Amino acid sequence: MSIFLTLARRELAALFLSVTGYIIIAAVTLLIGLGFVVFLTNLGSDPTLVPVTEMFYSSYFFWLILLVAGPVITMRLFALEKSSGTYENLMTTPVSDVAVVAAKFAAALVFYLIMWLPLLACLGVVSRFTQQPGALDPGAIGGTYLGIFLVGALFLSLGCFASAISRTQMGAAMIAFVLGVALFSLGFLASALPATAQWQSNFLSYFGVFGQMRDFARGVVDTRSVIFYVSLTLFFLFLTLRAVESRRWK
Amino acid sequence: MIEVTDLTKRYAGRTAVAGISFAVNRGEIVGLLGPNGAGKSTTMRILSTFLPATSGTVRVAGYDVFHDSVEVRRRIGFMPENNPLYLEMRVREYLKFRARLKGLGWARSRQRVDTVMEQCGLTDVRRRIIGQLSKGYRQRVGLADALVHDPELIILDEPTIGLDPNQIRSVRQLIKSLAGNHTVLISTHILPEAEMMCSRMLIMFEGKILAADTPENLQHQMAGNSQVIAEIAAPMAELHRVWQEVPEIEQFDISAAEGEFFRCALTPRDGYDLRPQIFALAREHGWTLRELTRSRHSLEDIYVQVTRRNEEEKENG
Repeated sequence: MSIFLTLARRELAALFLSVTGYIIIAAVTLLIGLGFVVFLTNLGSDPTLVPVTEMFYSSYFFWLILLVAGPVITMRLFALEKSSGTYENLMTTPVSDVAVVAAKFAAALVFYLIMWLPLLACLGVVSRFTQQPGALDPGAIGGTYLGIFLVGALFLSLGCFASAISRTQMGAAMIAFVLGVALFSLGFLASALPATAQWQSNFLSYFGVFGQMRDFARGVVDTRSVIFYVSLTLFFLFLTLRAVESRRWK
Repeated sequence: MIEVTDLTKRYAGRTAVAGISFAVNRGEIVGLLGPNGAGKSTTMRILSTFLPATSGTVRVAGYDVFHDSVEVRRRIGFMPENNPLYLEMRVREYLKFRARLKGLGWARSRQRVDTVMEQCGLTDVRRRIIGQLSKGYRQRVGLADALVHDPELIILDEPTIGLDPNQIRSVRQLIKSLAGNHTVLISTHILPEAEMMCSRMLIMFEGKILAADTPENLQHQMAGNSQVIAEIAAPMAELHRVWQEVPEIEQFDISAAEGEFFRCALTPRDGYDLRPQIFALAREHGWTLRELTRSRHSLEDIYVQVTRRNEEEKENG
């Protein structure tokens, strides 16, 4: 456990000791802010009953952040160590492969959550100036953050896997991005299928990341989607672990 | 401490290590010598559990590197080729991080980090960022990292590469001071370096171990036809005549040096040391002798000689 914490702390520190971490946070803050400027303009002319969080999730900004931030945060995890050679240093200490994968993933997840904090400030601004407590209830915010956490964990686990199978950061980012976009698009396939393809569209609707996130943003937590995200995340972490272990089979 | 039996490592289509066997005893400093691409780094990576072997067994401190890899890793300090470090960290912070990874408790890691920083001369730079240190200091950080958990076996892949002569000397001294308490395996392609530090040398070439012996014995084997260079001020004809008369000289070559000096390269018969005789001759004839040296064999000569011997054996067998 203490080795896990030591490793995770270093991974997190590495993000903040380099410029990368700050650039990611700055870019995300900018995108969140832009998103809110767009709603507030829309809201001013066009009042609506939809919660602010739901409006935000359905914007391009939200998905842009989600699809791009995952690969950018995770690309360095394994690929950078491999290309700089420190991977050899790390893997010849008596740490288990599980601890390495878990620590790297945990650090990425913590960074990812820190990155989303500016959203709270934006929501605060909205509730302060609309003077509408109903526009922003704790349930919706909690649901939104749970959604952000679960969807993010899945995309970060994709990124971990991509980084573990790549030798360069660039390659890792590209693989992670392609995997993320593929997963994201899979959900839209369900509605494109003909009505006769009943079970196929049922199956595909489980991958409807977009639709599930809408429920979260409304404050509706469906255990099916929670289990879906958690199990898919664990699946990709398992693949990552296998990729790390594969060094010993070659 | 190390037992390697029939170790083979094949990468796709290329054999890096071809069935080598050797053993290293506790407390020895052993040098792994060879030109680039001889399989030194691969061997070290397998010993440090980073890479699996294609076939053969490797045991470190009685544990198999493949099946008990964590037990092996607990007992070794490994400094990989090119000494990779986390450049964004500070020296002390990095060493503490490494000590904790290697399973040292909080208090013990603090104490060990202070000890190895002292030992490696890093105390003055303990707060500096590694990326801003000179290569010599970085190398010492790598060494300190390998030593921090007081391992039984220390594996150093080219620890002095890219250092200036002063730094090389201090690193060598540090490594020599480890003898006795630790077993050390170092790789290098510089022969004098191995001679200075190691109690035994393994010479690798194209994935095989061609010779394994103490530096003295290897040097002795090679000394058989090592040339003696003498710079003497004397008439050329006289030198010619005298060298021809000495039966121990198999071959000689005289070339003009500056002034009235001539440079004579003399090849002895059967490992005979010509130097005392040359001095005696110079005194007898009243020559001025300004240089008398026996050319030492470079690693290259040893490779050439050992590989040639290998090929001859192949032809004969």
